[in-house]
Formats: sequence, structure tokens, C-alpha cells
Amino acid sequence: MTLGNPDLASLLLVIPGVSALVLAALPGYRRSAQINVAASGLTFLSAGSLLFQRPVPGLYLFVDDLNIVFVVLSTFIGFTTSAFSASYIEHEIATGKLAPAYVRFYHAIYQALMFAMNLALLANNIGLMWVAVEVATLTTVVMVGIYRTPEALEAAWKYFILGSVGIALALFGTILVYMSAQPVLGEGNDAMVWTSLMHRAASFSPRLLNVAFVFLMLGYGTKVGLAPMHAWLPDAHAEGPTPISAVLSGLLLNVALYAVLRFKMLLAVNAAAISPGPLMVTLGLVSLIFAGFMLYRRDDIKRLFAYSSIEHMGIITFAFGMGGPLANFAGLLHMTMHSLTKSAIFFAVGHVAQVKGTQKIAKISGLTESHPLIGWGLVAGVMAIAGLPPLGIFMSEFLVVSSTFARQPLLAIPLVFGLLVAFGALLMRLIEMAFGEATGRSDKIEASMVPLFAHLSLVLLAGLYLPPHLVAWFQNVARLLG
Amino acid sequence: MDRLYFDVAHLFAGGLVLMSFVLLYQDRLSGLINVFTIHAVVLSLSVGWQAYAQHASHLYVTAAIAVIFKALIIPLSLQNMIERMGIHREVEVVGSIGVTMLLGIALVALSLAVILPATAAADPLAREDIAFALSVVLLGLLMMVTRRNAVSQIIGFMSLENGLILAATGAKGMPLVVEISVAFSVLIAFIVIGIFLFRIRERFDTVDVQELDRVRGQSR
Repeated sequence: MTLGNPDLASLLLVIPGVSALVLAALPGYRRSAQINVAASGLTFLSAGSLLFQRPVPGLYLFVDDLNIVFVVLSTFIGFTTSAFSASYIEHEIATGKLAPAYVRFYHAIYQALMFAMNLALLANNIGLMWVAVEVATLTTVVMVGIYRTPEALEAAWKYFILGSVGIALALFGTILVYMSAQPVLGEGNDAMVWTSLMHRAASFSPRLLNVAFVFLMLGYGTKVGLAPMHAWLPDAHAEGPTPISAVLSGLLLNVALYAVLRFKMLLAVNAAAISPGPLMVTLGLVSLIFAGFMLYRRDDIKRLFAYSSIEHMGIITFAFGMGGPLANFAGLLHMTMHSLTKSAIFFAVGHVAQVKGTQKIAKISGLTESHPLIGWGLVAGVMAIAGLPPLGIFMSEFLVVSSTFARQPLLAIPLVFGLLVAFGALLMRLIEMAFGEATGRSDKIEASMVPLFAHLSLVLLAGLYLPPHLVAWFQNVARLLG
Repeated sequence: MDRLYFDVAHLFAGGLVLMSFVLLYQDRLSGLINVFTIHAVVLSLSVGWQAYAQHASHLYVTAAIAVIFKALIIPLSLQNMIERMGIHREVEVVGSIGVTMLLGIALVALSLAVILPATAAADPLAREDIAFALSVVLLGLLMMVTRRNAVSQIIGFMSLENGLILAATGAKGMPLVVEISVAFSVLIAFIVIGIFLFRIRERFDTVDVQELDRVRGQSR
């Protein structure tokens, strides 16, 4: 039992868990915002310390080369988002959009969400992982509905229904995995523990694993936001508070993808099972191209970037579906870059929506003139997400495309096509919003630009120079992924 | 293994599938809730039988949760809620019952065709239970797709979830079943009753169905 030992992995659960309770009990939103930032910072520090000292795998929690990438990334973005959220929430209270009582609730739920995501990433048990993803879904549903406008409730309801169906299918897949493992590993806990499953997967019933993977892919794929199960994603991003949109895009989609990857690794061990690649490649390409075209028809700034998240999750799923060291490396890098960039964009978008008092693209123009800092931040972010050099996403997209060319040139055609379609749409919208004459409302705002520029400079840095340590580490993980 | 074990397990699992079919064509909310109560009772009988047959005493807890929570608390509070909202006499358009039933039959056939060959090596008791469970899950999905009202969608989801519990208890010796059923109950209780309907009531002083319809996410 690792849960009893005071090791570093359980710190990642204890800190957000305790802070969620404390925040739920404390009145006063300024103090809770500070506690929220402090707790997220501490969680990030303990995640960083996992790099140096790795606890032994326990029955419920474990740390290996794969999940540590996800843990460090998600605690980092959790930390920066909490800093952004502090200034965002202050403005929301000042304009009366959120009542202080709801803010207390908001901070508690934020930490509960961090807890659930860390648990899902660290869980050494497929059942525990499923419960954690379910809790994460629950908390975000509540967050999406927090403004209580009819649109927000509608979005939350849609998210709840589709998310629940997704996790229900995932549970069915989980049960099937257990059933395939049970004759080999015996009844009880062993047949649900990742570390023992991975060891013995070669002797599981392949046909049962195949059926299980289809359910898991569709179930967790719903949470990744892959088309055609994506319908919840744009609404949930658009109607919730912007920090939550940043966390949804930057972290929660990754957590669901992590679950898919784990099961993909399980199938890879079993030679007789289907290879999960083609299914993932297909879903990835469909999401990419579909989202690319949908980008042209968006009139809401947050929905626009939500569709861009679908597009990028499509690229990442495609890369992991291709498999092999190079494509996996590209997928990991792209995932990291996308999380950093997309949350940075949502930081900018949050402030844009606040100063303009609207999320409608048509009513936003001339941002670089009226609010230079936010405007240029948005420009830099969108250029990064569209894949312009020298930023990090250019590099990872280039790697995805070139590794596809090397192995399956025919698949590269729809891939590049989808990328170009999305590129055009994003640039077109960006020019509308960022340049030209500033019209409409333009409020003053005390925005905290540090999280935004921290993310963007990391993305720029990754585009210019990847430290050899990081490369070696990612290469190692890419090999693990098979 | 005793033949009786199979027969009784199949009786209950098959009963659950049958109840799912009955749910499909209920067009009154109170009727829907009553049928769901039977659904939950059949589930708890099935889980209880599995607990007895597998000598797994923790499954009795799951069975108890099914009876107390899903067959008593949830139906009573849903009934109370729809009466207060004044929609308990509402007749819902379910679409063509014949087509829905045929689709349901096709789904059951599909789940048998998928599960039985795939589980040839598995424990026979679990094997057919899983096939029935998948049918219940798919029928629950079908119900959620065909319904337009928030309350009936919740009932569809709960019947789907009953199928999952059936699958989890059928898989012999699966750990965390109790935890998972608790997690599901929390999900349902927390979201369904606590947040959504409460908020919808709070938001609109007149709780008429038109408003509920607009908010529920179907009217786009």
C-alpha cells in the first residue's frame, strides 16, 4: 500500500485534496485565490521532485517514464492557470458576473479537479484510473455551469450527458480488460494493476482485448474530444470560466489521451491482438480535417479555439497512432507544445473577452492598438498554434509530417491538407481581431501577463533549442510507447 | 458449477434486458420512473445472486445500494420533483415505438454477436452476463438518444449504468466494484438532483417545460 507511505507521489494527491477542503471552508475570495496559487505551486514542486527521486510502484499509485511527463506538464499548467485565474476572477467579481459565494466554491472545485487529474495520471489500477477520470468529469461539469446562464447550463448538461456516456463505455472496456486478464492473473486486484497487466498481457485473450480497446477508445476518446464524439467540447469551453477552458484544453484532454495510450501499450504487448494504430490514425485524421473546416464558421472566440483543440488532439492521436520512435516523439512534443500554447491563448482570450465585454469575434477588432500587451500576446499565441516557425508547434508538426512522409506518404496528404485548412482559418480570424480599427467597448484591466508570456517563451525556446536532456527523455518515452 | 446458478443468473440478467425494453416505450414520466424502480430491483436481485454464487460478500453491499438508492431514494425524489414541476402527467413524444423496438432488438443481437465469440475462453457464467450487460448498456444509450426530456435522459443513463454494474458483478472477483457503484451513485445524486434541476428551478421562477426544453441542450 503506497497510499499509507508519505512518499512524493501521494503528496501530489494530498496537497490538492487538503486544499480543496480548506478552500471550501474559507470565506474571502482574495485569500482563497492566493491559497489556490500556493497549493498549485506546491503540487508543481512535488511533481518536479519526482524527476529526481522516483517512488517504488505501489498497489494503487506508480510513477514511470510515461506518466511523469504528463504529471509535470499538468501540474505546471495547473500552477500558471491558477495565477491567471486569480486576476481573471477578480475582474469577474468586480463586474458582478460571479457572486463571492460561487468563487469559494470555484476554488475548492479547482483543487478537486487537480486532485482527480493527478490521481488519474498516477493510478496503477485501471479501475482507480476510471474513477479518477469520472471525478474529473464531474468537477468540470460543475465548473462549466457555474455562470448559471441558460447557455452555460445547456453546455454543462450536454457535457454531462456526453461525458457520462463516454466514461460509461470506458468502464465497460475496463471490465472487459479485467475479464481478459482474470484467467491469467487470477481474481482480485492483480488483474487490474498496470504493472502486472503489462507483464502478462502477452497471454491474455486477444479477441477480448480487441473488443475492450474499441470501447476504451470510444469512451476515453469522447473525453479527448475526437470527432465524431466531440460535440460537448466547444460548448463546454465557450460557456465556462476561461481558466477552466485553459485547464480543459491544456490538461483534461491530455489525461484522457494518457488513458488511451496506456491501453494502446497494453495491446502492443499482445502480438495476436489488433494493432490499435489504424483506429487512432482514422479518428485523428477525421478530427483534424473536420475541425479545420469548422474553424471557418465560428463566430465565438472561445469556440474558435475549442475547435482548434479538437484539431490538435486529432494531430496528436494521429501521431501516436502511427507509432514508432519518431512519430511518438513528435506526438509527445506536440502534446506538450499544444498544452502550453493553448492555455496561453486562453489566458489572452479571457482578458480579451473581459475588456471587450463579449466573446463574439465580429465585435472584436484592433486589439493590438487598444490593448497592446493582450493583443500582441494573442497574436503570438495564435501564430504559435497555427504552426509558424520558429515556434515549438512548427517543430512538432514538422516532425509529425516528416515521419508520416517517411512511412506512409499517402497518409501525409490528408494530414497536410488538414493542417493548411486550419492554418488559413486561424490566420483569417486573427487578422480580424488583432488589427484594424479598434471599435466597441474597451475597458481597462489589470491583467496578469506573466503566465501567458511564461508559456509562450517556453514554446519559443522549444522551437529554437531543445535541451538534450529533454530530447533523451522524450526519446525514451517514445520507445516505451512502441 | 451447478446448473441452477446459470439459470437464475440468466433469469435476472434477461429480466434486466426485458425491463430495458419496457423502459423504451414508456411515454409518461411517472410510468417511466415506476419501470425504472423495477429495473433497479431486478438489478439488485441479480447482484445479490452473484454475491451468493461467487461467495463474494462485498457484492451484497452493491445489491443493497441498488435497492436503497436506485429503487427507493432516486425514484421517490424524481417523482416528487416532477410533481412539483408539474410535468408528471406530461406525455412525451417517443418517436415511433415500433422502430425503436426493432432498433433495440438489433442492438441486443449486435451485443450477442460481439461478445459471445470474443469471450469464448472466459468463464461461462460471466460470458453470458457480459452479453446481457452490453445489451442493457446499448438499450440505455438508445433511450438517451430517443428521449428529449431531461428526466427521461437521466433515467436512460441510470439504466445504462445498471448494465455496467451487472457487467462488473458478473466479472468474477473484480475488485473495486463496490467503489465503482458508489462512485456512480455519487455522480447521479450529485449532478442530477443537486445541481441541474435545482438550478433550473432556481433560475426560472416558472418551471414550465418549455424553459426546461430550451436549457436541456436539445433544441439547437
